[in-house]
Amino acid sequence: MSETLRNSASGDRWTIGSIREGLLAKRVSAREIAEQYFAAIAKENPKLNAYLALSPERAFAQADRIDALVTSGGALPALAGVPVAIKDVISTRGVMTTGGSRILENYVPPYDATAVARLESAGAVMLGKTNCDEFAMGSSNENSAYGPVHNPVALDRVPGGSSGGSAAAVAANLAVVALGTDTGGSIRQPGGFCGIPALMPTYGRVSRYGLTALASSLDRIGPFTNTVRDAAEVMNVIAGRDVNDATSSSASVPDYTEALGKSVKGLRIGIPREYFGPGMDPAVRHNIEAGIGTLEKLGCETVELNMPHTEYAIAVYYILLTAEASSNLARFDGVRYGPRETGDGTLTGMYRATRGHKFGDEVKRRIILGTYVLSAGYYDAYYRKAQQVRTLITRDFEEAFRKADLIVTPTSPAPAFKLGEKTNDPLAMYLADIYTVTGDLSGVTGISIPCGFTPEGLPVGLQIFGPHFGEARVLHLANAFEVATSSN
Amino acid sequence: MKISREEMLRVAELAHLELSEAEIAKYEHQLDSILDYIAKLNAVDTSNVEPMAQVVSVDSSSASAGGNANPTFRDDVVIPCDISREVLDRAPDAAPPYFRVPKVIDR
Repeated sequence: MSETLRNSASGDRWTIGSIREGLLAKRVSAREIAEQYFAAIAKENPKLNAYLALSPERAFAQADRIDALVTSGGALPALAGVPVAIKDVISTRGVMTTGGSRILENYVPPYDATAVARLESAGAVMLGKTNCDEFAMGSSNENSAYGPVHNPVALDRVPGGSSGGSAAAVAANLAVVALGTDTGGSIRQPGGFCGIPALMPTYGRVSRYGLTALASSLDRIGPFTNTVRDAAEVMNVIAGRDVNDATSSSASVPDYTEALGKSVKGLRIGIPREYFGPGMDPAVRHNIEAGIGTLEKLGCETVELNMPHTEYAIAVYYILLTAEASSNLARFDGVRYGPRETGDGTLTGMYRATRGHKFGDEVKRRIILGTYVLSAGYYDAYYRKAQQVRTLITRDFEEAFRKADLIVTPTSPAPAFKLGEKTNDPLAMYLADIYTVTGDLSGVTGISIPCGFTPEGLPVGLQIFGPHFGEARVLHLANAFEVATSSN
Repeated sequence: MKISREEMLRVAELAHLELSEAEIAKYEHQLDSILDYIAKLNAVDTSNVEPMAQVVSVDSSSASAGGNANPTFRDDVVIPCDISREVLDRAPDAAPPYFRVPKVIDR
């Protein structure tokens, strides 16, 4: 493992594989590993604000189960003893889940999200819940009601968002794996900003059951890890059909580690010119071009592509996202969970006061926009038009994947920005997602992997898109790139 | 596209959101600039383009898996979930087995 692509301040890190080896060789116990991570969190989290809640009781109970398995010589499950962190929009039974919002202050879910249940069934040790933009609305983690997360690479900068706490936790070695969610770039962009691999699975590949819905036609759950191999191993566990999520796919789940390490010679890599336009930070451009050079040296064949509807993606996204969000967030009304404000004493007055006072600024802004675009007289002009352009953006991807096996772009046009830099300009904040939202709209899979640093020392992310259910191919190339850049 | 103050108030009412005067003024201004940006979609010719209602087709998910092309529907049977007590425990004002809200019908 090389540190050239990462921001590790603490030397060697645990991976899923090294934990398994350590447990089997009895060099370390699952309890000891969990203790190490809780100690590191106690020391580092005050600086980062990456965790909102910890679950030591649950973690140590699970660690002890794993240690008992080791003692008895039983077979270890795939993620035995692996410390994981869960984004706070994902439900965890008995562990506070606020979604980064005051409207769910102190809410403790009565059930686990399927992705969480699968991680734990596979032996993972849940450390706690990670900070995020309120209901995953944001690109900087500054919209959390519980304060921003600081980027572990540069504390005066944002970690990206909305899964900023998950990205920061893994990047700062406060978890080995973290789950995040991606609706417009919320896994890949913070992965890029913090310098770690971050995978958005295909729509429907991972169950959304237990995820607080932001935009149901866009949301995905996916992993942050220190290595691409770890991402593949996590996907082996969390991917697959779930009867509790009707949109989860019944497509069979391959072994995502199988192709890792094999040659990528002859893979056709599409380079869409629309992702290299003006407005890109020169250091990002330099690193991504060097990264493409690395892929060529590995024997990949580059193909120039046109994806002409890319420039409309942000506009489409902010219509569809806000429309879906305004519907999904109607459930937060002071009746079933969270705090209640009485307002003028009537039912609607109670709704209005609870929602008006407990939702944050960005959430209210998006609910208003979403309600507006869906309201009588505007539906065709906005929502229907956006769904039509979404079809065209998706066709761009279908066309591209006829000419190329994978698509390579920058993850974001610029590296991590300073805290407070964009908070007063929502549109500027939205444009930080310009290279990632297309993947959410079209349902494809994509990963951000570390691609060196800017002269200021900020990580640059390289994004690899694959077709629907093309995770194995994406991880194959990402792993080859990681290995090639680590040996430099 | 300009959003008027009246429209802002109507939308806030539809969305059950109480807004302060300062919020109304701020959102009006910010939504104008977002709507201006969104108007760029008018430049796209979408005649004869179907709106995208399905993200990943059943076909594409089964094709890559080489699996069953039929979507799997679960049987339409009632499965008791037995968590009503836990759910009601989390409500701000519960009177099991009900959630209590301010009175909406006057007698």
